[in-house]
Amino acid sequence: MADHLLEVRNLSVEFHTAMGTVKAVDSISYHVDRGETLAILGESGSGKSVSSSAIMNLIDMPPGRISSGEILLDGADLLRMSAEQRRQINGKRIAMIFQDPLSHLNPVYTVGWQIRETLTAHGKSSAEAQTEALRLVTRVGIPDPEHALKKYPHQFSGGQRQRIMIAMALALRPDLLIADEPTTALDVTVQAEVLALLKELQRETGMAVIIITHDLGVVTEIADRVVVMEKGALVESGTVREVYKSPQHPYTRKLIAAAPGKGEMHEPHSKGEPALSVRDVRKAYGGFQALKGISFDLMPGETLAVVGESGSGKSTLARILLRLDEPDGGSALWKGRDLFTLAPAELYKLRRDLQMVFQDPTQSLNPRMTVYQLISEAWVIHPDILPRPKWREKVAELLVQVGLSPDHMKRYPHQFSGGQRQRIAIARALALEPQLIVCDEAVSALDVSIQAQVIALLDRLRKEMGIAFIFIAHDLPVVRDFADHVMVMQKGEVVELGTVREVFEAPQQEYTRALLAASLDPDPDVQAALRAARMEHAS
Amino acid sequence: MTAHTTESPIAEEPGVIRRFGRMLLADKFAFCAAIFLIVMILLAIVGPSWFGDIAIKQNLRGRNLPPFDWERGWIWWMGADALGRPLLARIIVATQNTLMVAAGAVVISAVVGTVLGLIAGFSSPRVNQVIMRLADVIMSFPSLLIAVIVLYLLGSSILNLMLVLAITRIPVYLRTTRAEVLEIRERMFVQAARVMGASSKRILFRHILPVVFPTLTTLATLDFAYVMLAESALSFLGIGIQPPEITWGLMISQGRQYLTNAWWLSFWPGLAIILTTMSLNLLSNWMRIAFDPVQRWRLEMRGSTNG
Repeated sequence: MADHLLEVRNLSVEFHTAMGTVKAVDSISYHVDRGETLAILGESGSGKSVSSSAIMNLIDMPPGRISSGEILLDGADLLRMSAEQRRQINGKRIAMIFQDPLSHLNPVYTVGWQIRETLTAHGKSSAEAQTEALRLVTRVGIPDPEHALKKYPHQFSGGQRQRIMIAMALALRPDLLIADEPTTALDVTVQAEVLALLKELQRETGMAVIIITHDLGVVTEIADRVVVMEKGALVESGTVREVYKSPQHPYTRKLIAAAPGKGEMHEPHSKGEPALSVRDVRKAYGGFQALKGISFDLMPGETLAVVGESGSGKSTLARILLRLDEPDGGSALWKGRDLFTLAPAELYKLRRDLQMVFQDPTQSLNPRMTVYQLISEAWVIHPDILPRPKWREKVAELLVQVGLSPDHMKRYPHQFSGGQRQRIAIARALALEPQLIVCDEAVSALDVSIQAQVIALLDRLRKEMGIAFIFIAHDLPVVRDFADHVMVMQKGEVVELGTVREVFEAPQQEYTRALLAASLDPDPDVQAALRAARMEHAS
Repeated sequence: MTAHTTESPIAEEPGVIRRFGRMLLADKFAFCAAIFLIVMILLAIVGPSWFGDIAIKQNLRGRNLPPFDWERGWIWWMGADALGRPLLARIIVATQNTLMVAAGAVVISAVVGTVLGLIAGFSSPRVNQVIMRLADVIMSFPSLLIAVIVLYLLGSSILNLMLVLAITRIPVYLRTTRAEVLEIRERMFVQAARVMGASSKRILFRHILPVVFPTLTTLATLDFAYVMLAESALSFLGIGIQPPEITWGLMISQGRQYLTNAWWLSFWPGLAIILTTMSLNLLSNWMRIAFDPVQRWRLEMRGSTNG
C-alpha cells in the first residue's frame, strides 16, 4: 500500500462550463517512488497539468470538481485532508516549480529575502535562514552568491531565475518536486544546464520528481518512466526506453514520429541572382548593439533558417527587413531596390511581396474579426489585387490550400485551436501572393505534432508557389528538414552561415556545436551520445 | 486549457437585428433597461408639448402636497412642489432638457476625447505632447470655474451648457483612449496589419478602436450621471439652466431647502437620475458582451436555453 511515495488512483477531474461538463482528466492512475523521475507527457489540452494541480490543491472549485479517485502520499489520501493539513504538506513535502519564474517571483523583494522567508515561515531563525539561503544559491550555481542574494528577480537571466526557483523549492527539502514545463521558456543551452542541475540535486537529496512537459527530448533527458496523456486520458506508460522503442498506442507513435529532425535534408542547388541581398545591417537600442552588421543572400524559392538564442537579434532582423523598425545602417536589396530607403508609397506596394507570419497566432489575429474579414483585409488594403465579387471564392480557396474548410470563414479566431489559427495566419499572408514570407518563430508556440504539420504546409507552399522563406527559430532540429541554408546568430552577429548539411554535419564554430549538443533528441541512445558530447564541451 | 473548438458546421446565421434582439432578450436586466430608456426618450420628445402647461401652473393651495394622494388625478401621485406644481408632470417635462444636455455633453466629449486620444496615441511624440498638455491645462482648472467663466461670457443656453460640460470631461476620454492605444498598438495583430501595408487610419479605426470601445462606453455611461449633477450644480450657481426651464438636477436643488419636511421634492427627480444611469449601465454592460465575439456565446447560450 504505502510502498510508493505518491500514488494517484483513478483520478477524475471535471470542469463545469457553460458548454457543459468537461472531463479534464478521466480516471488516471500513476505513481512515483523516492529517487525516481516520472515524466507526464502530453500536448496542450491533454490535461497533463491538471493532475499535478490536484496534488497541490490548486484547482479552483468550482468550476472544477474532483469527481473520483484518491491521491496517496505515503499511504494517506490528500483529498480527504483538511485545508490546514494540506498547507503543511505543500512546500514542506511537495514543492513545485513553474514554467515562467518571473511571474512566480515577487518583483519588489530581493531574491535573498524571498528564500529566507520560505525558511523562516517554517520555523527557522533568521541567522540559520541566511546561511541556508546562501548555501542553496551556491548549490544551484548562481555566480557570486553573496551578492546575488541582495539582487531583485529582474536582474537575473531566465535560466538563473529558474535556478532560484529551484533553490526556493528545495529550501524545505521536499520529498517530491513537481516541475511544470520548467524549461519551456528557456534557451536550449540553458535548458540542458537546468535539467542537469535538477538531475544532480535529485541524486543528492533522493527526492522524487514529476516533470510535466510536451517535449519528448526533455523526457528522454531526465525521466526514468513516462506516462503519455491525450485528451484527459492516460494512453501509455512505461520506462522511457520501452515507450520510445516500442510505443503501443497510436497517439504515442504519432508523437514520436512528429519529432523534428529525422527527414531528408534539402540540397540547395539554385544558382543565379539572389532575391534578397542583405549587407551590413546594424541596429542599436541606446547603447545596446542588437545587430552588429548582418549580411546574407536569399535565393528565390529557398528557405533560410535563422537560428539563435534569445538576445541574438534574430527577431530584430525580421522586424527591420519588414520595416517595422528602422535600421541604423546597411542595405537590403530586394530585386535591385534598397528596402531601407523606400518612400512610404513604394513601401506600400512592396508590402505585397513581403509578408510575415508571427509567433503566436492568438495575438496576431484580431479577435474581433471573422476569418473572412481577416483574410480579405489584404484586398481591402490593396484593392487592385482582386475585385470584391471574387473575394469569397478566393478566401475559400486559400482556406482549402492551408488545410481548413471553406465554412470556417464565418468563425472568429478563438473558435479554433492553436494550429488552425496559425494556418489562418498563413492564409492571410498568402492572400497578397507574396514572394517572401518571414516566419518569426512561427511554430514555436505549437504542439509538436502540429508543428510538423505546419512545417510540411510551409514546405509545400514553397515548392508549389516558389515562395522564399526566412524562418526564424531558437531550436536547431526544427529547421533541419525544412531549411536550405542555415544562419546561426549570437549576440547580434552571424556565427555561421552555410547549407543545412554543412551546418548540421560539419559545424565549424564552437557555438554551433554547443547548440547542436544542447538540443534534446527523443531517442534515448542518441541522447546519451549527445550528453557525452556536452560533458566533453563543459570540461 | 486552450479554447474549445466546435467542430459541428455552423448553422445559417440569422440576420443581425434578430440576432441582437435575441441576445437582448437573453439578458432580462438589459432588456428592461432598454425599454426604460426608450420610454424616457419618448417622454423627452412628447413631454413638453403634452404636459408643458400643467407643469408650470402654480397652485398655492397645493403647496408641498405629499405623494400617494390617490383622491386627486394621477398627475398628482408624486406630490407637488413648493409652488403646488405636480411633480410627475415636471419630471416628464424636464426629461427633454436633462437628456439633451447630458447626452449632448457626453457624446461631444466622448467623440472629441476619443479622436484626440487616438491621434495622441498613434502619432509623433510632438503631437502627443501638445495634445496631452492641452488635456493637462483643462484638468488643472476646476471644471466649475471654467463653466462659470465661459457661461458668463457666452450667456447661458442649452447649447453652451452642453459645450462647457463637454469640454471639462474631454480629458477623461482622452487619457483613457491614449493609454489603451499605447498598449494595443504594440499587439501582434496591429503589427500584422502594418506588415500588410494598412494605413494608420485603417489601423486606428478598424483594429484599435473596436478594442477600446467597450471601455469608452462604460466610461460614458458613468459620466452621464456626473454630467446631470454638474448641470444641476451650475443651475444652483445661477449660470446653468434657469427657471422656468426645468431639469432633473435643477429640481433636486430646488427641493434641497425643503428636504426636512418635504423629501419628495428632491426624491423623485433623484430617482429618475438613478434609474436612467442604472439603465445605461446595464445596457452598456450588455453591449460589451454582445459586441465581443469571444464573449457573445454567453448571451446566445442563455437565449437558447430560455427558449
